[in-house]
Amino acid sequence: MLEVTGLHVAYGGIQAVRSITFHVREGETVALIGANGAGKTSTLKAIARVLDAVGGDVHFCGDKISRIAPHQVIRKGIALVPEGRGVFPRLSVRENLQMGAFVRHDAVDVEKDLKMVFEYFPRLRERESQLAGTLSGGEQQMLAIGRALMGRPKMLLLDEPSMGLAPIMVQKIFEVIRAVAATGMTTLLVEQNARLALQSSQRGYVLESGAIALNGDSAELLDDPKVRAAYLGE
Amino acid sequence: MDIFFQQIINGLVQGSIYALVALGYTMVYGIMGLINFAHGEVVMIGTLVAITVVGTLVDAGMPVALAGLGGVSASVLVCMALGWSLERVAYRPLRHAPRLTPLITAIGMSIVLQNLAMMIWGRNYLTFPSLLPRLHFELGGTHFTFIQVVIVVVSAATMGGLLLLVYRTRLGMAMRATAQNPAVASLMGVNINRVIAAAFVIGSALAALAGIMVGTYYEIAHYQMGFMLGLKAFTAAVLGGIGNMAGAMLGGVLLGIIEALGAGYIGDLTGGFLGSHYQDIFAFVVLIVVLMFKPSGLFGEKTGDRA
Repeated sequence: MLEVTGLHVAYGGIQAVRSITFHVREGETVALIGANGAGKTSTLKAIARVLDAVGGDVHFCGDKISRIAPHQVIRKGIALVPEGRGVFPRLSVRENLQMGAFVRHDAVDVEKDLKMVFEYFPRLRERESQLAGTLSGGEQQMLAIGRALMGRPKMLLLDEPSMGLAPIMVQKIFEVIRAVAATGMTTLLVEQNARLALQSSQRGYVLESGAIALNGDSAELLDDPKVRAAYLGE
Repeated sequence: MDIFFQQIINGLVQGSIYALVALGYTMVYGIMGLINFAHGEVVMIGTLVAITVVGTLVDAGMPVALAGLGGVSASVLVCMALGWSLERVAYRPLRHAPRLTPLITAIGMSIVLQNLAMMIWGRNYLTFPSLLPRLHFELGGTHFTFIQVVIVVVSAATMGGLLLLVYRTRLGMAMRATAQNPAVASLMGVNINRVIAAAFVIGSALAALAGIMVGTYYEIAHYQMGFMLGLKAFTAAVLGGIGNMAGAMLGGVLLGIIEALGAGYIGDLTGGFLGSHYQDIFAFVVLIVVLMFKPSGLFGEKTGDRA
């Protein structure tokens, strides 16, 4: 469904991602793990066109999307939950969710999806009319994921959903991520928490200094001695 | 005491005009962090276009009311096109340049527009045609004209309409989201270029209305009239908290009233040493005081960011 070929991202003179190739099949959850600065976020940003790639191609459902305008990406069916959540602090929770459905014109179904998001995250319903900037970090992460779902994407890109959250909140967020994936949502999950990411996915890629060092089934990667030593702290 | 209330009324009228212009500054700043110093010139072009169009239509034998309507529409449309072109030609290519670059460009555009206006309309003061009946009212010892009432009512209605647009429509929500986080707004499918263009176009339409009000009120226009008006409206936007729409409205009205009261009392306060023609100093004293003691203005942007 998503095909990334030879993707190359650089900031100024620094090579963040050096020609990586990977793919995500329909309905699959794939983890992209690696240390800080390995190029995980740059990869997601390049796919979502927040960043311009220097080279390489991205195809989604057969269409080449590596040169389209950033605001067209969601129309193709890809929703990115950005690192640091990126909620609109001075819009209400409800307005943030409505922004997620910005490209849709089916008001009735948007209302239905709003209810669905509130079922995934009952906390958001309680805070519906509150400004998003007043939410806790975990609630903001819920909002960011809910907002992405409001666009009815074919594929979710999740950038560090566990970052800076208390363990109990991480649990809750990942329960929802797994539940959404179980509905058949194709998901690309970027995480520093390698164990959690591999436990929540079918396949994984390990990024090291902007290149793919390892890849395979998540269960195998979890048992791989190199992965265990470098990323699971064993 | 009569002079006090009289000056409050005068200040409210002038302040409504400042508010309309200040909104143009604040909308653009809120969305892209740019002070569009050419905005005062858009007001001036609005006034001068109205003079030309109304003059032509009246000469062609059209009744004044209809000619006035034509002048207002033409002026608003020309200014909207001008605002759109300014963004397209002068600012969009500099979107990722250091902040100082578009600021200098803005000052450059202001000079270009003034000279262009001078070439088209000449260096002399022009008379603005009188579009509204010269009616006079008296209420509790204060005097005001029909024109003043119209200015305040039209400004208030326009600002109300703008608030509805920004807080009740899809475009408005996209504008607010873009102001808060342009990168994420674009992830949601918002075309940032269109939102920025919309801010310029709407701001310029308000500027055209303000320009016609100034013309109607003072009955005179000149290619340099936008400069001081622009600076004062900028002051009003800073006073209210630049980037904040309610702030620009309140800042405009407040600045108008401060100026009017200052002009009314400066003679008494300085024992006749300074007269009311020194009224311009009040705006800039306000600007300096705000920048020194509360640079974020009255409604300084609360970030609301906790996490």
